[in-house]
Amino acid sequence: MAISWYLLVSAAMFGLGAIGVMVRRNPLVILLCLELMLNAGNLALIGFARMWGNGDGQIFAIVVMVVAACEVAIGLGIIVALYRRRLPVDVDELKELHG
Amino acid sequence: MGFFFVVFALVALAGAVGVVVLRNPFYCVLSLVVHLIALALLFLLLEAQFVAAAQIVVYAGAVMVLYVFVVAYVGGGDRPAPLWRASARQRALAIVFGGAVFIELAIAILGSGLSALGGGGPDVAPGFGSPAQIGELLLTRFLLPFELASFLLLVAAVGAVALAGRRGGLGEDRDVSPGHSTLDLPVPAARGTMAEGVAGYGVTTPMPDPEFEGRTLKEGDGV
Repeated sequence: MAISWYLLVSAAMFGLGAIGVMVRRNPLVILLCLELMLNAGNLALIGFARMWGNGDGQIFAIVVMVVAACEVAIGLGIIVALYRRRLPVDVDELKELHG
Repeated sequence: MGFFFVVFALVALAGAVGVVVLRNPFYCVLSLVVHLIALALLFLLLEAQFVAAAQIVVYAGAVMVLYVFVVAYVGGGDRPAPLWRASARQRALAIVFGGAVFIELAIAILGSGLSALGGGGPDVAPGFGSPAQIGELLLTRFLLPFELASFLLLVAAVGAVALAGRRGGLGEDRDVSPGHSTLDLPVPAARGTMAEGVAGYGVTTPMPDPEFEGRTLKEGDGV
């Protein structure tokens, strides 16, 4: 398959993730949609790595995965802390994050 | 090759749609797992074996298990929107903007005129994308990013524990105040122990015992 098809799939995934971030109000689901966008970036990076026949893009994809794992750990930690303090788990009602 | 690409791409896109559309966050997580596995298969088609394996083990395995536990702990979907908020209009606007992002990216990809985009890429050596090649790159050219990534993971783990830990982080929990331990809480007269059974405490009409009444539990009380 041509590389451009992979890039089109990646662009569609990114658009879907962006829609999800704008539409949903549960921070858990917003984190999931962020994962979608990061994975769209990963697919594009690996497609470009295949296009060049060069492994550097795959290293970039691994670094993106590391950053995504850190983001998940911190984001879920914040959500659990919110839940513990009986705050609403809803991004429209959370207007400030200071303790 | 083309057949596999179409199937995996459709499954990945369906999983992505499911994440955005489904109401229950638990089903969203499961939909994302399907999406990630299809994506790992797409990576395999692009000769990225190590990244595909890491995707399944790290993402679909570890990270998604974390999500499942947090969803089971917190739970709940989107609350119904208040009446004064124009939720439907906001949703339509979001879909328009997301579609605009996709169309823009598609124009940028297809209109770039790069001839290499039309082909499937050059022929690569058999070891392309293997753990050996990735490991060699990580430990030679990309050694600094590799070490920085490990440090970032350490910082994130410490931060997550500090945020979600029972004490500290975003503040004290209500039921745990400093300076008191759970041993100081008053103990009810009947605790259902063997000694009470011998002393004659009833289930329905507990007889007050002056020895136990109003005492607080101390360490070495044998409970």
